[in-house]
Amino acid sequence: MEKQLLRLTVNGQEYELYINPKTLLVEAIRDHIGLIGTKRGCDTVSCGACTVMIDGASVKSCSVLAMQAEGAQITTIEGLEKNGKLAPIQKAFLDHGSYQCGFCAPGMIMSAQALLNENPAPTEWEIREGIEGNICRCTGYNSIVRAIDATAKGKYAEVKS
Amino acid sequence: MNKYTVINPHSEFKVINTHVHNIDGTAKVTGRATYTFDVKLPNMLYGKILRSPHAHAKILKIDYSRAMELPGVMGVVTGKEDTLGIKQGIWRRYQDLCDEQVLPVDKVRYIGEPVAAVAAITEEIAEKALDYIDVDYEVLPGVYEPLDAIKKDAPEIHEGFERNINVTRHIEWGDVDAAFEEAEYVREDWFKCGGQAHMCMETRAAVSSYTPDGKLTIYHSNQSPYYMQGLMAGVLGMREGDIRVISTYVGGGFGGKFELDGAIFCSAVLSRKLFKPVKIVYTREEDFIATKRRTPMFYYVRTGVKKDGTFCAREAKVFTNGGAYTGMGATALYLTGFFHSFPYRWKGYRYDGYRVYTNTLPSTSMRGFGAPQAMFCSEQQIEWIAADLGLDPIDMRRKNSHHEGYEVPGQATIASCGIDQCYDEIRKWINDKGKLPANRAIGISACGFMSGGIFNWFDTPYSFSSAVVSINQDGTVELFVGAQEIGQGSNTTLAIICAETLGVKIEDIKVHSGDTDYCPPDLGAWGSRQTLMAGNAVKMAAEAAKKQLLEFAYAQSGFNIVYDLDIKDRWVHAIARPERGYDYGELVKKAIRGKDGQKIVGRGYYTPHRKGMISPAYSYMLQGVEVEVDEETGKIKLVDSMTAHDCGQPINHLGLIGQLEGAFSMAAGYGYLEYMPYEDGKLMNPNLVDYKMIRATEMPPANIAEIDTYEPEGPYGAKEAGEGLTNPTAAAIGNALFHRFGIQMKECPITPEMILNALKEKKETEKERKGKK
Repeated sequence: MEKQLLRLTVNGQEYELYINPKTLLVEAIRDHIGLIGTKRGCDTVSCGACTVMIDGASVKSCSVLAMQAEGAQITTIEGLEKNGKLAPIQKAFLDHGSYQCGFCAPGMIMSAQALLNENPAPTEWEIREGIEGNICRCTGYNSIVRAIDATAKGKYAEVKS
Repeated sequence: MNKYTVINPHSEFKVINTHVHNIDGTAKVTGRATYTFDVKLPNMLYGKILRSPHAHAKILKIDYSRAMELPGVMGVVTGKEDTLGIKQGIWRRYQDLCDEQVLPVDKVRYIGEPVAAVAAITEEIAEKALDYIDVDYEVLPGVYEPLDAIKKDAPEIHEGFERNINVTRHIEWGDVDAAFEEAEYVREDWFKCGGQAHMCMETRAAVSSYTPDGKLTIYHSNQSPYYMQGLMAGVLGMREGDIRVISTYVGGGFGGKFELDGAIFCSAVLSRKLFKPVKIVYTREEDFIATKRRTPMFYYVRTGVKKDGTFCAREAKVFTNGGAYTGMGATALYLTGFFHSFPYRWKGYRYDGYRVYTNTLPSTSMRGFGAPQAMFCSEQQIEWIAADLGLDPIDMRRKNSHHEGYEVPGQATIASCGIDQCYDEIRKWINDKGKLPANRAIGISACGFMSGGIFNWFDTPYSFSSAVVSINQDGTVELFVGAQEIGQGSNTTLAIICAETLGVKIEDIKVHSGDTDYCPPDLGAWGSRQTLMAGNAVKMAAEAAKKQLLEFAYAQSGFNIVYDLDIKDRWVHAIARPERGYDYGELVKKAIRGKDGQKIVGRGYYTPHRKGMISPAYSYMLQGVEVEVDEETGKIKLVDSMTAHDCGQPINHLGLIGQLEGAFSMAAGYGYLEYMPYEDGKLMNPNLVDYKMIRATEMPPANIAEIDTYEPEGPYGAKEAGEGLTNPTAAAIGNALFHRFGIQMKECPITPEMILNALKEKKETEKERKGKK
């Protein structure tokens, strides 16, 4: 198939790619742009390791073509911290030990952030449903649920002076 | 959400068991951590592996000429042309157990076994090239279950192994027959325990780079870089020192990543042929069908007790589905037999294990290492015995349990044991619940586990663990360890031990691990060994460095020699007069000057000596799970859980919680979800749609009661915490079903279908009984 020009906006930065239109978004992000924080763990849209946000909502980036994301605001794990300051959800994951091997963490954190964008005060069950599409083989999820809950309750919010 | 209580806490520590963030955490939550999966080297090629479609076949001919004609294909390797054909295995000490050629020369023995590997300029071209490699096979009859494979007329899988028996293990103590004579009640049962996929989030991955100077550098996702270095040297005919293995971040291990896999072997052989870096990453399907798995087992258990519940004798016979090769399966065969006796005192105990080759995916170690299977059988049978005798199952267990100072005859001495308090905590949890809704029941299960194996089948001449502490002039500390971080938090745990020992802060420690060029050799992350073994090595290294610092402090202080000096929180002081002291950084600068400018370096090592047959120390635990069952569908839901756990002195508080919760989720998966059905040697669900695992919505609260004891062999009294909790859950779920319905689940994972069948059978039996009346 003939390659096409594509403009993708990732973490606020516009990238011009010349790619096969069948390229998946995760391939564009990892292999063409080089943002390798986003992982892949399966070929069946089952594990959530590749989760990113498109216009603030969580999307498994192996489930969409890069072309479909043209014009949208894509956020990857690298886009969460600002000037070296971690986002509240990242601080919460650190503080609760909500990762072990860390391979699922980028996708898990993006799912968590998207959940909080949509529902700033989720119940425990809503948190669990919000991350149901993300597999973590290490933690057993409960520490992740605690981190998201604490973030929602404002424990890691930036204190404005 | 979760309750966490601590029984017998110790609080004399500055760093140990405090709320320390994982030292690799910032890299992991920001996406900076680079795994083998992420490694990209200049001029790198991509490799793919052609796999056998047959469970058992002779390789007659491999013709890859058509593949070589594809633009972008750089090379193909086969076992016959490009390897030395050396049979390898991790039990290096025993030649006959080294039975696997990663690229076989003559014969394939399971579906998915590597046959050839291709390197191309892109992964897509490499994948396409596989279709252009022509292999002629002579298909042989296959055999897939151990009880079929031991039959006289079964196909021979490996030459010279009669009845396909790969390894046998015998454990015995006491006069077993006499002890059975003493018993007033004897019960026997057969069980069948399934396999389980390690399902690491990062699939097997390797990037190998062989250069014209004869050196090989390998990035590889594994649990023991030192093992990989040694094994690769063996199969390539190279010197260990010419091979560098780098495993900085590893996306999960769980017992599945310390044998040679196709990714590391094929990428290295391709790179050596082509002199370019070659990267191979397994797809999820490859990871399911062509790595290894938890060992499926058939268990026969016969147990004799007195009417008052005193345990007399136990006898077990086990046939394991070894799959096509040995790997770590030989160790699992031993450990299942040993831990089947846990945590109880048996006057007579006899175990006979048979590991049987079949034409299926090789089975090996997986978190729990044979013990989850052992406990599924043992802890359910014990529950049934208590019910048969009308005894309280907790009291009966308690009465027969290990205790401090107990000697497992000829096997082990128990120096620390907190199981007694575990019973109290679980009893309290059950009592606090009061009456349960009609569709729920609680099941319990006890177990114990080792803190590192003392076996040396790898035949290493090195200490089991080593560490080097090197102190910079500003007081920061470089800690070099061969212990491998795979997510369990070993870097953090070892940094905590180092900081506590030296008397500095956690942020002063930088840990270097996962690189055979710079880190001392260590057996790596398996068998729950690192906290105890590498921890002891780190403590020794830190003490050696600290001693050098304190020598200068003494010389300078002019104190009476009866005063002891110490460093805590970077403060150098006399213990008797802690307020009078000075900054540790100042001392370091002086000490380095006094050493003619040399850095302060301390070395430490650990090898267990005279610690019995299995392990230097044992953890203990008791778990209760509250299970809800839908009688219509047979579906299980875990509602709540409580684990009382003795890991000695906890070192890494957050790490401990993570290990206990994580092991529980994996154990629950083994209990009722994670199922590996085979048909004629073919795995029927090699993907994450059909292979079900615990997800966030399935996970119940994981309440924990931490029972702090002191283990004299462990650093600061610590022992195992990361693995043992994979053992009790399947049995606990089974026991809940027993209490809810009176059904006995003799097969795991316990699927809805099995529950419905058991309920149906029970109804029919009851009907029959009524009819007879």
